[in-house]
Amino acid sequence: MNRINKLFQEKKGQILSVYFTAGYPNLEDTVPVIEELVKNGVDLIEIGMPFSDPVADGPVIQHSSLIALQNGMSIRKLFEQLKDIRQTVDIPLILMGYINPVLQYGVKAFCQKCKEVGIDGLIIPDLPMDVFEEEFKAVFEANDLHNIFLITPQTSEERLRKIDEVSTGFIYMVSSNSTTGAKTSVSEFQKEYFERVNSLSLKNPRLIGFGISNAETFANACQYANGAIIGSAFVKAMEGSEPLGQKISGFINSIATDI
Amino acid sequence: MSYQVNEKGYYGEFGGAYIPEMMVPNIEELRRTYLEIINSYDFRQEFIGLLKNYVGRPSPLYLAKRLSEKYQSNIYLKREDLNHTGSHKINNTIGQILVAKKLGKHRIIAETGAGQHGLATATVCALMGLKCIVYMGAVDVERQAPNVKKMRMLGAEVIPAISGNQTLKDATNEAMRDWINNPVDTHYIIGSVVGPHPYPDMVARFQSVISEEIRWQLEEQTGKENPTRVIACVGGGSNAAGAFYHFLDQESVELIGVEAAGKGVDTHETAATLTLGSPGVLHSSRSILMQTDDGQVTEPYSISAGLDYPGIGPMHANLFTTHRAKYLWATDAEVLDSALELTQLEGIIPALESAHALAALKKIQLKPEEVTVINLSGRGDKDMETYLKHFGY
Repeated sequence: MNRINKLFQEKKGQILSVYFTAGYPNLEDTVPVIEELVKNGVDLIEIGMPFSDPVADGPVIQHSSLIALQNGMSIRKLFEQLKDIRQTVDIPLILMGYINPVLQYGVKAFCQKCKEVGIDGLIIPDLPMDVFEEEFKAVFEANDLHNIFLITPQTSEERLRKIDEVSTGFIYMVSSNSTTGAKTSVSEFQKEYFERVNSLSLKNPRLIGFGISNAETFANACQYANGAIIGSAFVKAMEGSEPLGQKISGFINSIATDI
Repeated sequence: MSYQVNEKGYYGEFGGAYIPEMMVPNIEELRRTYLEIINSYDFRQEFIGLLKNYVGRPSPLYLAKRLSEKYQSNIYLKREDLNHTGSHKINNTIGQILVAKKLGKHRIIAETGAGQHGLATATVCALMGLKCIVYMGAVDVERQAPNVKKMRMLGAEVIPAISGNQTLKDATNEAMRDWINNPVDTHYIIGSVVGPHPYPDMVARFQSVISEEIRWQLEEQTGKENPTRVIACVGGGSNAAGAFYHFLDQESVELIGVEAAGKGVDTHETAATLTLGSPGVLHSSRSILMQTDDGQVTEPYSISAGLDYPGIGPMHANLFTTHRAKYLWATDAEVLDSALELTQLEGIIPALESAHALAALKKIQLKPEEVTVINLSGRGDKDMETYLKHFGY
C-alpha cells in the first residue's frame, strides 16, 4: 500500500507535514534534513524541487530555491541524493515543485525514478487537472504515485467535487488565496471555508497548508482537517548557524509537543 | 491549417493554462467571458471610439522613401510609435481596461520591461480612475527612468522587482504573485501575447487592429491589400502578433519576426528565444523558452528592456514550428546601427525594440518590386540615454 494511504488510515488527526527545499541551506543537507524530521516525529515530508521562477511562492521559499539552485541542486542530483533513503526512512515522501523541470526530465522517466527511490506522491501546483488527466494520470498510476491537488477558498463546489474525484492521496487545502508564507492567522473567513469544505463529505482526507507557522496556527488548522503542512516557517527556521539537528528539533518541538 | 487558438486554448502544441489553483477563479472567469465581452456592440463602440479619439488611430502607414532608395525596394513603416504613450502597447491596455471594468475590477496590476506597457497601463488607469500597480525589474527601473517618472506622475505605484535578473521575467513573476494574493478585486493586464489562455488570444485580438489597418492603408496606397512581407520585433511578441494577425491565412505574405540576440546568439548574453530555446512552461503557458537541461529558466540579456525576456508567446512558438513565420535575430550592435540609420534617413528616432525589426533589412534580400511593411512599434524617447551614451552626441 502507498505510504500516504497507510498514514491516513492509521492516523486521523494532528498529522504534521513539513515542506523543505532540497539542497538548502547546503547542497548535501537534503538527506540529513529528512532524517532529522523523521527523528522528531514528523508524519509526512514534502521535498521541494527548486525552480527558477516559483510564482506561487512568497519570499522565503523564493530565497531558499535560489540558494539551492546556486548550490547546484537539480532533479538529477536530488534522485542521486535520495537513492538509499528508503533504507532509513519509512514515512511518506512527496516531491513538490513546478512543472517545467519535470517536463524537461521527461514525465515517464521522472515517475519511474520516483518509484525507484520510494516517492509516494507529487505536488505540482502548475499542473492543471485536465492536462494531468490526459497526459500524466496513467504514468502516475503505473508508478504508484499520488497526485496531490490544491483547493482554495475561491474553489467552487463543482470543482471541489471534481478534484475529490480525481484525487487519490489527500487534498491540499490552501488556507487563503495567497502565495506561500503570506498569512499567519486563521480568520473567520477561513473558518467558514474550512467548515464549508468539511460539510461536503469528500472521500479524501485533507491537510491545511499556507500560513501555518507555529503551535497556535497548527492546532487551529488541526480542528478543521486531518492535519497541517508547514513550509515557509520551517524553511525560515533553517537559517542561522546552529547545527542542523538543533534547528530542526527546536522548531518541531515548538510546533507540536505531543506528537 | 488554422494559426489561431483552438477552443482548448492551444496554438498547435503550445499555449494552455498551466496555473496554480489560486489563479483558477480569475482565469476561468476571463476565459468564460472574454469573447462575449469583446464582441459585444457596446464594447466595440467604446474600444473603437477610444482608439480613434484618444490613441489617435489609425496610425499612419508611411512609405519611407529614403530608406526604400537605400535598400532598392518599397519599405512602408506602420507608425505605432505615433500612438498616444508612444507605442503599440496602448491598443491592448485600452481593450483590457474595458474588460476589467466590465468584470467589476477596481484594482489593476501590470508588469513592464521597457516601461511602455506600464506607461500604457498607468495611462488607461488614470483615464478610468482605477488604482494601478506596476511591477518593473529593478534593473529596468534604472535603465528606463523617464517612463518610471511618467508612470508615477500618472498616479501609478511602481514596485521594483528585486528577484532574479531584475528584468521583465521577474516583474511578471511578481505581478502573478500579486494576483494570487488579491484574487477578488484585481485584474492583471498582461502586456504581451504570453501568460495562460485566454491572454495570448485576447491580447492578439486587441493588437490585431495593426494589421487590419495595414491592409486597407496598403490598398489605398498601392491598390493591393497584401504586401510581400511584414517584419516586426518579438520579445513576448504582441506587436508582431498584431502586425501578423490578418495576414496569417494569407500564405503569400511572408512573416518575419526579429528576436533580440543581445551580444550574440553564441554568447550567454542573449534573448533569442526561438533560436536557442526548447519547449517548456513559463508564466503559465507551454511555449518555447531558454532553459537549462534541468528546466531552469535562464536569464536573458538584451540592450532593449522590452525584448529582454526568455520566453515567447505560444502563437509565435507555433508559427515558428509550422514554418508559417520566419524568425531572425539582431545583435545590440546591429540594432544601434539600424536605429541611427532610420533617424538620419527618415527623421524618426525608433525605440530600441523596433530597431530590431529594422535590422532585418540587412539580413534579407529585397527586390525592387517588393513591398515590405515594418511595424515601427514604438518611439525612441525612452532610449535617449542609451543612444546618447552609445553615439556620443
